[in-house]
Amino acid sequence: MTATQIQSPRSGSTVAPKYRRGGSSRGNFEMLAWLFMRLSGVVLVVLIFGHLFVNLLVGEGIHAIDFGFVAGKWADPFWQFWDLAMLWLAMLHGTNGVRTIINDYAEKDSTRFWLKMVLFSAAAVIIILGTLVIFTFNPCPVVDGVQLPGGFCPA
Amino acid sequence: MPTKPAGTLYRGREGMWSWVGHRITGVVIFFFLLVHVLDTSLVRVSPEAYTAVIGAYKNPLMALGETGLVAAIVFHAFNGLRIIAVDFWKKGAKYQRQMLWVVLVLWIVTMVAFAIRHLSLALGGH
Repeated sequence: MTATQIQSPRSGSTVAPKYRRGGSSRGNFEMLAWLFMRLSGVVLVVLIFGHLFVNLLVGEGIHAIDFGFVAGKWADPFWQFWDLAMLWLAMLHGTNGVRTIINDYAEKDSTRFWLKMVLFSAAAVIIILGTLVIFTFNPCPVVDGVQLPGGFCPA
Repeated sequence: MPTKPAGTLYRGREGMWSWVGHRITGVVIFFFLLVHVLDTSLVRVSPEAYTAVIGAYKNPLMALGETGLVAAIVFHAFNGLRIIAVDFWKKGAKYQRQMLWVVLVLWIVTMVAFAIRHLSLALGGH
């Protein structure tokens, strides 16, 4: 008598076709989305806690935040890439979360479709806008022909 | 009309309420994120435009709002780590309730520390 083989749940080809979830056309997108939420989540905890600590809890906190504060941070590539990673990961994480909520609560196919179109459009605009702002930002603007003062600006 | 369902291991218990909390805080954070990228983008318009709008974050009412937002972020962060533990740790599902209480204790400790520091900076004489 041979031992009964019990397959791991959802272990792909070993499961008879009629028991497989979803159509083959979706591929493993949902599994990758699930994995992305967990991986990006861990990184976002570090990025956002660091962001809140540096911007709100150090020195005089929120009172220190003005144009010069942002200019000082983005004069440094370290903070440019910190904020870029935070922007992309947070927007993709949040957009996928809201996508899940739309799928859960919007019952009509057309409602789901249009809500997701609005969501994806808004996310694309925000990600592109934020990325452009971080990399085209000029920390030393000239206002009315006068260079604004700042330690990071060439005299 | 659906009849009132019988109690289950899940419905109305720690697992369900942490899921509800995770959803609500997630949506709140997402909409703030959209606004926050837009307000930060004003640095590209002019220093005056940015400094004027960011000034709106510095009044006492907003200080309370910021504390609420950070409370949402910290809960979502700690409960997210709990979800990862439930998914990837062998005993995660078994200890999910105990882990929720750990999340809530860490959340309260973090928020008390944050609120004392942020509110005294934001509301204190400057």
